[in-house]
This record gives sequence, C-alpha cells and structure tokens, in this order.
Amino acid sequence: MKTTYRSAVHDAMRDALNNDHRVVLMGEDVGRYGGTYAASKGLLEEFGPQRVRDTPLSELGFVGVGIGAALGGLRPIVEIMTVNFSLLALDQIVNTAAALRHMSGGQFSVPIVVRMATGAGRQLAAQHSHSLEGWYAHVPGIKVVAPATVEDGYGMLAAALADPDPVVIFEHVALYNTSTDVDSLTKTDISGAAVRRSGTDVTLVTYGGCLPKALDAANELSLNGIDCEVIDLRVLRPLDDATIIESVAKTHRAVVIDEAWRTGSLAGEISARIVEGAFFELDAPIARVCSAEVPIPYAKHLEQAALPQVDKIVAAVETTVGARP
Amino acid sequence: MTDAKLAKRLLSDMIRVRRMEEKCAELYGETKIRGFLHLYVGEEAVAAGSLSALQTDDAVVATYREHAHALLRGMPMTSIMAEMFGKQEGCSRGRGGSMHLFDTAIRFYGGNAIVAGGLPLAVGLALADAMQNRNRVTACYFGDGAVAEGAFHESLNMAALWRLPVLFCCENNMYAMGTALDRAQSQTDLTAKAAAYNVPTTAVDGMDVIACRDAALAGAEAIRSGGGPFFVEFRTYRFRAHSMFDPELYRDKAEVEEWKKRDPIRLFAEKCLGDATLSADDVTAIESESTRELDEAVAFAEAGTWESIDDLERDVLTPTAEALG
Repeated sequence: MKTTYRSAVHDAMRDALNNDHRVVLMGEDVGRYGGTYAASKGLLEEFGPQRVRDTPLSELGFVGVGIGAALGGLRPIVEIMTVNFSLLALDQIVNTAAALRHMSGGQFSVPIVVRMATGAGRQLAAQHSHSLEGWYAHVPGIKVVAPATVEDGYGMLAAALADPDPVVIFEHVALYNTSTDVDSLTKTDISGAAVRRSGTDVTLVTYGGCLPKALDAANELSLNGIDCEVIDLRVLRPLDDATIIESVAKTHRAVVIDEAWRTGSLAGEISARIVEGAFFELDAPIARVCSAEVPIPYAKHLEQAALPQVDKIVAAVETTVGARP
Repeated sequence: MTDAKLAKRLLSDMIRVRRMEEKCAELYGETKIRGFLHLYVGEEAVAAGSLSALQTDDAVVATYREHAHALLRGMPMTSIMAEMFGKQEGCSRGRGGSMHLFDTAIRFYGGNAIVAGGLPLAVGLALADAMQNRNRVTACYFGDGAVAEGAFHESLNMAALWRLPVLFCCENNMYAMGTALDRAQSQTDLTAKAAAYNVPTTAVDGMDVIACRDAALAGAEAIRSGGGPFFVEFRTYRFRAHSMFDPELYRDKAEVEEWKKRDPIRLFAEKCLGDATLSADDVTAIESESTRELDEAVAFAEAGTWESIDDLERDVLTPTAEALG
C-alpha cells in the first residue's frame, strides 16, 4: 500500500501521542485547521485541545513554552509553519534550548522536538521558501535532521522523541506528497547518513528535498554509463563524516547537492570535510549544486531556475567525472 | 507588627545578599570574578520578600541579575561564589558564571541573560505543571526592560489564555541598563500592559520587604486557587551601576542619593528595632552570621579547582547512557 510522507509524519505524531502521555503537539493551526501541511489532521479530535494545542502567532513565545514544558517533564513536539518563521524563534532555539545544558554545567536536558517545513518549489516566494537548515546545523547543543524518505518521515520523528536533547526536524515541502510502498513504519535513528544508491564512479551527497532529484539524476547518468553513489545525509548535525569519506575513498569524486545558497552552506562544510579527510583520494575538484544567490522568486520559471535540478546535477556530475588532473 | 521569626529571616536574607554583592564588587576589582557582573544592591527587598512567599516545590526563573534569587531560594553561597570564580565546584561547573546560576535540586531555572528570555520558559514550566496536575507556582523575574520585548507580550498572552500558574515578578528599577523607563515606553504604568492581557496585577513599593512579601503571597494564593497567572510590579531602584562596565552617565548622583534614603535594609531594620520586633543583638547576630557565611563562600571559591581542558566539550549533549526513559 502506498504511504505518503505526510501520513508518515502524521502517524508518527499520532503513535507518539498514543504511546506516551507526556507528548504534546503545539503550534500554529495544528489543531482545528489540521496543520498547514495537514500533517496533524484529526489529532485534535482524537487527543483533545490540551495535548494538541493551537497557539497564538507567537513563534518566539511558543517555542520557549515548549522548552519550559520539556524541562517540566513533557515531551513537546512544536511545529513551526515554515523555516522562515522559525527566525522569530531563533533566540529560544539557539540561546536557550541549545545552550541550557552547557551553561548549567550539564544539569538539564531539553527533550524538545521542533518540526518545520523548509524549502522551495511551491511558488511561495521569498518569505516561505528558504532552506536555512545550515544555520541550525551550525549550532552545538541541538541535533538537526532532515528526513527525506517516507520511512524516515515516520522513523526519525519517533527517534527524535526518544532523544534527550533538542532535535530540529526539517520537512521539505516537496516531500509531503511523495509516497512509497511500505508494510509498516517503525522508529529509525537520528545518528547518521544512509547510502541510498550504491555506485562506484562518483559520490553525490545530499539531503532533504534534493534526495529525489539526486536519485533521478543518478538514474539518468546510469544510462550514460556513470555509476553514482548517493548519500542521504539524514542528520545535518552532527554530520556523519565517516560515511561520506568512506564513499569518496571508493569513488574518488564528489558532487554536493544542497538547496541552500552556496555561500556559507552545508555544501561548503561537507566539501571542506572531504578535503580534510580524503584530499589524496580525490581525482577531481569537488562540485556543488546549490540554489542561485537570490531570495526565492515567485514566478514558476524563475523559482525553478533558482533551485538545484536534475539537469544541473547531471551536468555537474558529467563535468566532475570528465575532469582529468 | 511583624513576628520576630519572619523579621529575622527577611532582614537576614537582605543582609546576606547585600554583603555578598558588595564582596562580589570587591572580588571583581581583584579580577577574581570576570565577565559581566550585575549586582542587586538596593533591590534586596524584592527578592527577599517575594521569594519568602513561595513554597519548596515552586519553580523560579530569573534574569542575569539573579545572585540574590539563587541564594534566597536555597543555593549555597559557596556554590554561587565558586561559579562566579569559574571553578568546577560552582553550581554550573564554571560554564555559566554570574549570569547563569542553575540548580535542578531547588527548581531554579536560571540565570537567563537574554532580556525576557525566561518568560516563555516559565510559561512552559507552568504548562507542564498544569498538564500533570501539580499545584505549583512558577515565579518568573524580569526587569522593566523586558516589558519592551515581544517575548513578554507573547508570554503574558499565553499564560492568561491557558490560565497557567505563573507569578510574573517585574522588578522595575526604572532603567533598562541606561535607558530610563519613560525614554523607552509609551505607557510607563507597567501593570496596564499586563492588565491588557487580562492578567490581574498589583504594584508595590519595592523598597518595603513586607509589602513585597504580601504582594507575592496574594499573587501566589490567587494562582494556587486556580485563578491563572498574576503580575506584580515591584517599584525598586538599583543603587549600583548596571554592570561593572557602566560609568552611569545616564542618571544624576542626586537621584541615586535620594533613593538610598529608602535603603530597604535600613528601612526594615529601623522598623523592627523601633517596634521592638528585633533587638540590636538580633541585628548584630545576623551581621556576624552573614559575615561567616560570606567568608566561607569566598574561601570555598578560592580553594576551588579549574576543570580540565580535556573536558572542554562535555555537557553539550546528554551522554547517550543517560537515558531519560
């Protein structure tokens, strides 16, 4: 049976609410409305307004409330409508959730899960479409994850709830309608990357909404005789260096695909780590496919032109594979 | 008439704080204490009075001017002083310093150096209590400067909307660092702001320890009987500079001298001696006991040890073995 990413996220929250009385879901329009991306549809009716709590439009406030509630023994799932709005809550996430354990000398754990939609592709323009995962991944004290498959949509949320520290989950808007045949969904992990396609010629490193594009590019390239290995980072902090380095040591070439802007991006961080950890394994310069350095535009053709696409990935891989010292 | 036991406690609490703070200034001059150091001299009646109204299992969320609150909630002065020295025997192992005193054992949640950063946290702690059917109060301290922050408004709104047990304690010392209240606020009656969210309020003379206690008692009582949050404005004054870096160019010396005439310790001591609640011997005994406590604290901090640099990266995330269950 086909299961969508949206229903995987929904089921993960529903199961958590059923299995653990400490779990509460809170955020803007998570209740009556059913969630902006309909991920919490029906949960208010099933669990009531105490545990599925509509909040005022107060991102800073309700994320802080979630942190306090976590300290008070609850296991809050706090939904922020989109990563752009999360900037209003950045203070609580960075200055409190991430720092509390350290600045209290290890006295507190903050078991909060913050979920938010990220990414472009739905013509939502420059205040609803950005990919700021890398900003969060910069910060010690939180874990940052980007489930890219239906299995991880369920499983990483379940794993995040079992984690004692703050976990920020990025759900790319283009993934909600993706679907897979799965028998049953189960808790996965938030500990490392996954090799989604095994290959020998070049390593594609990506995460979140770019994973399907990277896999499509790999399929297309295979017709031209280029065998790509595709790594889904899954966890953006802490980064799983070992899986990346091991792959590059095998393929000797790497292309990093990241929907964020290239400047100061995770793609830059990953490239640096490959250089630090596998410089002498490389047969070609590392290539990056990132978004154009513009606020994401509204018009469809411009938006699509701004984003990493299959043809751009194919071109980058061909250049990388064709490169000779 | 105040009973002798209570009078002794309140006078002792204020004197302990005063002596500790004066010593901190001295130790800062000797470079034993570094970083930002915000002293509470002049405001002692607020913490002493209001905290005496709390019960053992209530929670406290405070600001970066929180030495008094930590001490009077029961944190040993030794632990506070060692923290300010940066020693690993400090309450936060030297990771926090003056602005980040924490103690899980007494439900003391900091020590928050983001103005108004503690308010959402307090609302969350109260939410956790309410949802877990615990009849406890969370006392949240903040200054007049915090009232300008969005977090103040978001927090009061949510606390009132959900009728949560938060005692909002506004320590109005008339200056947000160097900016006088009337230079920053269109409405200088801070109770009006809380009242706008349907939070019941009261304003008291923050130099009168009994008035501070009575206001907090009434607020806490209203909260415990299910009335939702309560807001108390304590009108007080900081006798010393904002921090050790502050040359105090923004206020007249005459204004400071005028307020010093209403020194809360002298006012209360004179009252208690005048109505014979306390004797001169009682006051002498309080003074000598606080000197002993302070000497012990300084000796403890001096004898404290520096944490090994090998442990630099500890307490960022919860060790995996330390499962929260």
